[in-house]
Amino acid sequence: MSDLKNKNKKSWTSLFFDPKIRYMNSKNNKNGLVNYILILTTLVSLITTIGIIVILLTDSFHFFKEIQIFDFLTGTNWNPLIEPNKSYGVLPLVAGTMMITVGSAVIAIPVGLGSAIYLTEYSSSRFSKIIKPIMEILAGVPTVVYGYFALTFITPNILKPIFPNIQTFNALSASIAVGIMILPMVISLSEDALNAVPESIRQGAYAMGSTRFEVASRVMVPSALSGIISSFILAISRAIGETMIVAIAAGMRPQLTSSFLKPIQTMTGFIVQISMGDTPVGSLSYYTIFAVGLLLFLMTLSLNIISHLILKKYREVYQ
Amino acid sequence: MISLKKKRMLTDKIFKVIFLIFISLGLVVLAALIYDIVSKGIIMLDWEFFTRFDSRFPAKAGIKAGLFGTIYVIGLMIPITFFVGTATAIYLEEYAPKNKLTDLIKLNIANLAGIPSIIYGMLGLGVFVRYLNMGRSVLAGALTLSLLVLPVVIVSAQEALRSVPNSLRNASYALGANHWHTVYKVVLPSALPSILTGFILAISRAIGETAPLIMMGALTFVMFTPQGIMDSFTVIPIQIFNWTSLPKAEFELVAASGSLLLLILLFILNGLATFIRYRYSRK
Repeated sequence: MSDLKNKNKKSWTSLFFDPKIRYMNSKNNKNGLVNYILILTTLVSLITTIGIIVILLTDSFHFFKEIQIFDFLTGTNWNPLIEPNKSYGVLPLVAGTMMITVGSAVIAIPVGLGSAIYLTEYSSSRFSKIIKPIMEILAGVPTVVYGYFALTFITPNILKPIFPNIQTFNALSASIAVGIMILPMVISLSEDALNAVPESIRQGAYAMGSTRFEVASRVMVPSALSGIISSFILAISRAIGETMIVAIAAGMRPQLTSSFLKPIQTMTGFIVQISMGDTPVGSLSYYTIFAVGLLLFLMTLSLNIISHLILKKYREVYQ
Repeated sequence: MISLKKKRMLTDKIFKVIFLIFISLGLVVLAALIYDIVSKGIIMLDWEFFTRFDSRFPAKAGIKAGLFGTIYVIGLMIPITFFVGTATAIYLEEYAPKNKLTDLIKLNIANLAGIPSIIYGMLGLGVFVRYLNMGRSVLAGALTLSLLVLPVVIVSAQEALRSVPNSLRNASYALGANHWHTVYKVVLPSALPSILTGFILAISRAIGETAPLIMMGALTFVMFTPQGIMDSFTVIPIQIFNWTSLPKAEFELVAASGSLLLLILLFILNGLATFIRYRYSRK
């Protein structure tokens, strides 16, 4: 009878632990403590998310008390620092971020997918084994070093001979550097997606007499499409949030322009500019960075969720 | 008139060359970057560079403050991240039941990995610096970086734990070990090399992080080394960023020297990670 009661009573531990497994050894009470420590550390990640949302909302609340959200989102003039005509239209920063994102995606997506196809269909396994640590190094190069490379090498040595009227700070060199930065991520995630396609499907295509390119383009890529597209979206989200490369190489001029040869400013670049400067804590200019940060957070979060949904909804299930 | 077969073979060959060019592109850029940094960085890189503080004169500028700041921040971050990251991975892989809460935690970790690093700087500023009153200290910086790399550490440790075969766990249960003993004495030792590989790569990433520490309020021009975890600090990448933004042309060479130092650290850590991976993957 008492056993039955215990079964019906749902304790909070069943939320965190599988009731079917006997974790605790009655002779050894130490294990109980271990369980609590493991739960506590796991909660750190949930608290992090809550902390980010709370900080961004409360601090940007101070901003939106004085500036209408509509004016912020649709205004085309961004001048939060210099009196007398301050203006808080975020579109120039969003446009700058979009230029860098599109520019880097144009480089990283075809090159990344092509490299992943080469690694899975064409190259020998020895070649792949050498490439992997090199890609890890490319992925590990600090972004401040990429920014330096864009400013002191890409612009003067590569772009200047092609576009003589390019400016010292420009969107193009930053786009190229961001594209190189996200390239390893596109390669490794697309490669994972291609490798997840069962070998039988690939062998079946070869047995029909297909060439390697036909196998890749008509069988492997369509089969792995959801994984590949989700890797593109994750890389784009990374490009949106990239900070140091654009802060160093793209300039500090928020403007609506379609020219990649001119200086621009991105959302992240603006946040760095303010936090390096001597803007007094608590002023409206100070709170602008949290409003911009909130917008940045929402953009990357929605892209990450879209990528997750694509992976979940359109994944081909193989047995 | 080319036959269809020849045309298909030709397409195949052409694309092979195109893809090969694509994959070489990454290698060529990496080679150019290393060449550029080494050739410029070697000029100002001498012993004095490590023993001098920053200066308004390029010839007298050194990295001592950043070097010590990086050692303090990363040194404090390593135990925190390793403990919390591995423990979370153990919980998710070995303990967590299949329910909505576990799904939520996993989804949340995946999302955290995609949040821009500068947002973590805002979190550090809001929670550690202001709310918990730590000031712009080494401790606040280490905690901020810990939160930033945790998702990466957790996911790679989870993969490492998942790759331990179930037969090992069952053998341990058959010998009468309980759940925690099995995890601690059997699963963890066998997953440790892969956990370490992922962890070292995450540390190497953290050393180069600039934006969250700038956002959090780390200093740029520092004439002292931190003496304790509550002291203010700067790190190597922030000094490099500062040098790139200065108008004097010679600072370009100083920034290259700093970048060279970062690249050397990166090579050492990545080499270590690759070594551990190949050394233990043969088993």
